[in-house]
Amino acid sequence: MIEIDAKGIYYRDLNRLIRKKIKEGNKDIYLKNVKGQYYICDGIRGDDIKVIIEGIPGNDLGAFMDGPTVILKSNGQDNIGNTMTSGKIIVNGIVGDVCGYAMRGGKLFIKEDAGYRIGIHMKGYKNKNPIIIIGGKAGDFLGEYMAGGILILLGLTAKDNEPIVGDYLGTGMHGGVLYIRGSVDKSKCGKEVETKKLNKGDKKILEKLITEFCEDFSLNFNEIMSKEFTKLIPKSSRPYGALYAK
Amino acid sequence: MMNNRKIFDRGIRNISGCGLVGMINKNGVKVGGEIIKKSLYLLNDRGNGLGAGYAAYGIYPDYKDLYAFHLMYDSKKILDETEEYLKKNCIIENKEMIPINPKAINDSHPILKRYFLQPRLNTNESIHETEKIEEDDQIVRIIMNINEHIDGAYVFSSGKNMGAFKGVGFPSEIADFFKIDEYEGYIWVGHTRFPTNTPGWWGGAHPFTLLDWAIIHNGEISSYGINKRYLEMFGYKLTLMTDTEVATYLLDLLIRKHKLSIKTACTILAPPFWKDIDKCDNPDNNYLKKLRMVYGSASLNGPFAIFFAHKRGLVGFNDRVKLRPLVIGTKDESVYMSNEQSAIYVLCETPDRVWTPKASNPVIVSLNENVN
Repeated sequence: MIEIDAKGIYYRDLNRLIRKKIKEGNKDIYLKNVKGQYYICDGIRGDDIKVIIEGIPGNDLGAFMDGPTVILKSNGQDNIGNTMTSGKIIVNGIVGDVCGYAMRGGKLFIKEDAGYRIGIHMKGYKNKNPIIIIGGKAGDFLGEYMAGGILILLGLTAKDNEPIVGDYLGTGMHGGVLYIRGSVDKSKCGKEVETKKLNKGDKKILEKLITEFCEDFSLNFNEIMSKEFTKLIPKSSRPYGALYAK
Repeated sequence: MMNNRKIFDRGIRNISGCGLVGMINKNGVKVGGEIIKKSLYLLNDRGNGLGAGYAAYGIYPDYKDLYAFHLMYDSKKILDETEEYLKKNCIIENKEMIPINPKAINDSHPILKRYFLQPRLNTNESIHETEKIEEDDQIVRIIMNINEHIDGAYVFSSGKNMGAFKGVGFPSEIADFFKIDEYEGYIWVGHTRFPTNTPGWWGGAHPFTLLDWAIIHNGEISSYGINKRYLEMFGYKLTLMTDTEVATYLLDLLIRKHKLSIKTACTILAPPFWKDIDKCDNPDNNYLKKLRMVYGSASLNGPFAIFFAHKRGLVGFNDRVKLRPLVIGTKDESVYMSNEQSAIYVLCETPDRVWTPKASNPVIVSLNENVN
């Protein structure tokens, strides 16, 4: 494992350095003192590459990433995993807005709360199925325009009966599935989604993914699974089909 | 410099860019400007070097009961003309050039001078004999007059014991130019902007101020035209060709003139959707309906994150669907705000709590009651 001290390094120089080290054959990289540098790990490829980040990476971490595993020891900012193709990003804290934007594969696991528009326009393609799991609460527009993939919200940071979802949940959704731990107030749902009970297939998927999530964050599987989940799917695959023509 | 204040330069667009930072110590404990400069520097790429600025509160303790006017002038002739006007309308306790380090920026700069003054109340400025003119109103009129009628002069700060420092340049250049590390404030805001359609002019940088309000903004106020016409009814003159100006005057109108609470003012500027008002019971239902109907022309449309400061607090709030980022951090009696989390970690290495607030909940921080 090689260590790179990112302190005071301009983001372009830092990313150039990271790519250089990967090209030289380094597969395990530890970034120290990261503070706000943008575009870290963008576009990097390789299933066997692992990057650990200490500090707060700037926006667009792991955008267009294809294969690597990136572990954030603390929080992340906005646009994490933007249009990600494959790989895994693990965040040991909160994230900002618009993470997993147009994500088309890979996994994004967030331990605590997430902001607005998470998983907006997530989509799958053939055997690529993007997955986002949020351990805490999420802001408005969760899964907006979702076209595929799996988005799971656990709400473990919620106090008492505070809602774990915001408004406009799944607005414009036309593919994929949302699993929300606990019940969902229908008034918070977008017009394009409907709630369904979980079937055997859903339960298997959840168990597998939650097991992985719990391993990554040392959480209690049984406690998480002790509450019933709500499943949300799109009512139609073309919700705006009649918008301009009858 | 300032010559670019032409009408066709109206198309100043702040797109997703702009960097915002803010901090307040609720006990009124002051810090030097170095830390805000460092924090804003992290957001350097959110600006394009065509505008940056800072504001701080508590920086003029020796003149704390006087209005501290910061003016920029295109020429000595305009300075003389403006000073004639000021002498007639104010009692100037002290005046001096604003200390600057001209080597810090690559370009020319306006003449920058500050005045510690109070208004003369018996002048011809009163509209009607029976109208009780308060000091603040008099000051606002003086500012509007200068900004509108003296071409090449612009009042860019006017509060008591506070000051804004802004211009065309990158945030660290402007910080060094105005030597902000030599000022100590208990509230600081900093901004770097990303205008695309104009070469940028000194008055167009944020923060926008009026009396002790200082506003910084990331976004676009698409309701500018409506808000402008509404404000003009109350005597505000919009001369600065930047949409953010309306937010400044709206806050002044709602909070200082109409005596509404900060929370109510935020509710007016970013009102809840009708569908959400319908979900409320009375008296909230009625109250919110009234606000929307009376103050419809005061609501801001468009994506935004706005920080505004005043002598007793700092507020951060978003448009209703949060189309711009806003992050808060706290540690003991200090509160930090930015549109990027890492800027908060520059202001405070180990915050107690960091979170992104919900759009409909403005973050309103005030000095503790026992602080004077």
